[in-house]
Amino acid sequence: MKKILAVLLAGILALSLVACGGNKSQTTTSASGEKVIKIGVFEPQTGENGGGGIQEVYGIRFANMIYNKVNIGGEEYKVELFEVDNKSDKTEAVNAAQKLIAEKVVAVCGSYGSGVSIAAGEYFKEAKIPAMGCSCTNPQVTNGNEYYFRTCFLDPFQGTVMSSYCKNHGYDKVAVITQLGDDYSEGLGNFFVKACEKNGINVVAQEKFQTNEQDFKAILTNIKAADPQFIFAPSSIATAPLILSQARELGIECQIGAGDTWENGTIIENAHGAAEGAVVTTFYEANPATATGEEAVFLNGNGTVKGFSDYLVSMGQPKDIPAVSALGYDAYLAVFKAIEAAGSTDGNAIREALTKLSFTGVTGDISFNADGDANKNAAYVKEVENGNFVFKELVKIN
Amino acid sequence: MFNVIATISEVASTKATFGFSVIVQHALTGISVGGCYALIAIGYTLVYGILRLINFAHGDIFMVAGYFMIFSFAVMPFPLAIIVTLVATTVLGILIEKFAYSPLRNAPRMSVMISAIGVSYLLQNLATYLFTALPKAYPAIPGLKQVIKIGNISTSLVTILTPIITILLVMLLLWLVNKTKIGMAMRAVSRDYEAASLMGIKLNKTISFTFAIGSVLAAVGSILYFTDRMTVFPYSGSLPGLKCFVAAVFGGIGSIPGALVGGFFIGICETIIKAAGLSTFSDAFTFIVLIVMLLIRPTGLFGEKNIDKV
Amino acid sequence: MKNINFKSRMNIDLLIYLAIIVVSAVILVFLDMNKFEYNYSISIIEKSLVYAVVALSMNIVTGFTGLFSLGQAGFMALGAYTTAILTIPAAARPNVYYMNGILPALENAVVPIPIALILGGVVAAAFALIIGIPVLKLKSDYLAIATLGFSEIIRAVIASPMMDKITNGSYGLKSIPGFKSSLECFAFSLVCIILMILIINSSTGRDFKAVREDEIAARSVGINIFKTKQLSFIVSSFFTGVGGGLLAMFMRSIDSKTFQITLTYDILLIVVLGGIGSITGSIVGAFFVTAGKEILRFFDEPLVVAGVEIPLFKPGFRMVIFSILLMVVVLFFRKGLLGGKELSINGLKKFSRKKDEVSVGGVA
Repeated sequence: MKKILAVLLAGILALSLVACGGNKSQTTTSASGEKVIKIGVFEPQTGENGGGGIQEVYGIRFANMIYNKVNIGGEEYKVELFEVDNKSDKTEAVNAAQKLIAEKVVAVCGSYGSGVSIAAGEYFKEAKIPAMGCSCTNPQVTNGNEYYFRTCFLDPFQGTVMSSYCKNHGYDKVAVITQLGDDYSEGLGNFFVKACEKNGINVVAQEKFQTNEQDFKAILTNIKAADPQFIFAPSSIATAPLILSQARELGIECQIGAGDTWENGTIIENAHGAAEGAVVTTFYEANPATATGEEAVFLNGNGTVKGFSDYLVSMGQPKDIPAVSALGYDAYLAVFKAIEAAGSTDGNAIREALTKLSFTGVTGDISFNADGDANKNAAYVKEVENGNFVFKELVKIN
Repeated sequence: MFNVIATISEVASTKATFGFSVIVQHALTGISVGGCYALIAIGYTLVYGILRLINFAHGDIFMVAGYFMIFSFAVMPFPLAIIVTLVATTVLGILIEKFAYSPLRNAPRMSVMISAIGVSYLLQNLATYLFTALPKAYPAIPGLKQVIKIGNISTSLVTILTPIITILLVMLLLWLVNKTKIGMAMRAVSRDYEAASLMGIKLNKTISFTFAIGSVLAAVGSILYFTDRMTVFPYSGSLPGLKCFVAAVFGGIGSIPGALVGGFFIGICETIIKAAGLSTFSDAFTFIVLIVMLLIRPTGLFGEKNIDKV
Repeated sequence: MKNINFKSRMNIDLLIYLAIIVVSAVILVFLDMNKFEYNYSISIIEKSLVYAVVALSMNIVTGFTGLFSLGQAGFMALGAYTTAILTIPAAARPNVYYMNGILPALENAVVPIPIALILGGVVAAAFALIIGIPVLKLKSDYLAIATLGFSEIIRAVIASPMMDKITNGSYGLKSIPGFKSSLECFAFSLVCIILMILIINSSTGRDFKAVREDEIAARSVGINIFKTKQLSFIVSSFFTGVGGGLLAMFMRSIDSKTFQITLTYDILLIVVLGGIGSITGSIVGAFFVTAGKEILRFFDEPLVVAGVEIPLFKPGFRMVIFSILLMVVVLFFRKGLLGGKELSINGLKKFSRKKDEVSVGGVA
């Protein structure tokens, strides 16, 4: 019986934990006397999506370097970022989100990966903190959550775009490879198949693989036997080089395509040349020659801050600009502009401002529909040429 | 072997698109994967034979060997890099035994197992911390990735080389265990280590040697496996590790030829299952094999009859 | 005389514990009332409570019966999915099952949360009953691998396309009603923990321990070894299932990836750090590990001292520290923080009296 004491300890620990929480207000005053508000950065920096997550963080940090002061009600506030690592893991994501809420952030940017965003979304909604997704493309992120917005397009859109690409290129036999248990991969694949049925494209093979799979030869051999003209294989950065190189080794010569996750230099590097010719749909294409407005600021800096490429290099990264960094930049900018428009740090006021917001960001015109998704109707298709992603065409869907 | 081919063609016949070349292609894949599995499975079998311990960290040693190769290849010519990788992996294996297992020699078996899980957990987290979770490119050893084409069949040199190297190494190992003094010591220790130590066999030395062999084979397996798959990430050892343990059990834990057969069996079956469009159950199948085998014939195909009770 | 003394002592203890439960509840009520001030603490407490339930249930089978089972994640998945499927509001279902639709029979199958949790436990227990028949015949390490295998099989089946209309396959479930207050979480966990404590201290619990200590001796006093093992496995799985349901409520959205082997390892970490075979150990361990993981978050952030970035601090460092801690405990404090003993008021008194002795023992 005395072992009920166990519970006692729980109580004591609970008590000690109260000390962790504290009375924090949304606006604080820094040591130098400046008034400060915080924007949360909710991104994976480790785990399965750690690589993509950090690229978004760079975009957000860079935007914060450029837009670091906001005027609210006639007073100037310094905007600080508060970063948490959600570890690409849903359980961790809940605590990370709570950490942001406890830090009294006025809004949140992130995350890379939809699962963690969905998990955290319920909490942001409850705390009435508006969140701005960067590259979480799953419909469920914003669906039924009026506090979640995003600057990117959605899974159904990407699948549809790829199908249109196939149609435009006259492919009529395609194959799909998706990852079991992964909402992104299965989602894109599913919408691709649906769009293909509509476009009259024949899906000759549909193969699936397990998470952490490293042997794709078996399913690729089947695909080879079906002899498609195009293979759609939306999957993670870790999987991409394996699929690409094993397909080429088996003598599959058709084009291979995927969604936004594949637009990452590490894939080209890891595939040892097998990535050549692969196509991806993505959010952004840097074009320094024609850049104007926000894009010019992003690419070239604003006088005091150098352009984003230089920033990446200073962080020890390759100088190529990942699309997700541009989205991170836009996400921060949307939040920033909404705070300015709302003239308040109140979550509801910022949310209201976001629904009415319209501006031209790095990745194009940004405004949000009733679900909170950015109104985007075009995706950039890039192809790997000589070890680089080269912009090929803009595919529009109406 | 003929059974396996018969099974392949049985499954294959269910799919109209399957031709002869497809079957050969699948067979090549299965045998190649199986070869790598066999090399790792031997590590499990040796350690289990001697310590009665599932070395949960073995799959992660295999993963770390991948990272060793990446870093050594970056700074030295490849023959040297291979040697460095083999040596470094061996040292790692021996160190793990010294620090994590030998202090628990007389502890309850559960403690040793938890320690093994702990090492596995540590290696994975350490790899994530040091090298990030992103996959790292595995260096291409000159010639090994060369694509060979015969008609409709296309494969790389390493795919064909893997089973050959595996079988050669196993023959070497069998000679070592059966004909040399240290091999005899290993067999004695695995039979009864108390009696063996009374007979003057140096227990710790023999155990270290066993770990060294297991690690070297894991390193060779790692080179063959990752050359074919070209990327390493912190969790790339965990699943192959578990599968290879199953392979070892299937063949009869403690038996080297058993591990070889088990490795090929698991590799080929897995390929058949994936080829039949049942990827969902490819991992599940492995565990079902384990459970069925343990229930029907707990000693495995080639295992010795004496079962210890607890 | 002695008897009465013992009884009154027990009553006093009981009173103290009750008082402490009440105090904890009051604190939680206070926290709930200031939800937005303390939500981070609340979240940590809730997660710790859920993990305490699961860790204690693992301890029943591993610590008290001596069966090394690594199937926790699978049983949690069963409980979590059952609870989620039965509690997601009917109105939200079309949204959740946006890709493949939902089985017509499940469209309006909503039950109250406590019933859903119990059903989650029952489903997990039923599976334990079935797989226990072959698996429990295996020896210690084979048992570990086999249960781990089953856990993976359960996960694979949940994520498989065949289950799309029930588990939503790869897309996971969301809109699961969460805890209305931390008090609700506390109440559910408390009930589970008390029930488990009662079982452990009952004659059945003594049978478990007898089997752990010496199977042959246990058999000779008339204990049916297999039945006892089976019972322990089922009881443990039931509470693991309920714990999984609580985890689903805590997370509000789940998918099959949540229930990978690493989840089992996390629970094992708690059990080992707390002490195998210690009830209080599992509970303290749950708080220690969960809170520790959060408090140590600063290890993952770059640390700048006097303008110089200390190179050690970068993402992932936290988990390295936990792995090292696990190894240190396994190697040097084999019995965990509490070493198979229980924290109690009497224990504390004794401890303070015998402090020197104990500390010497601890080092050795």
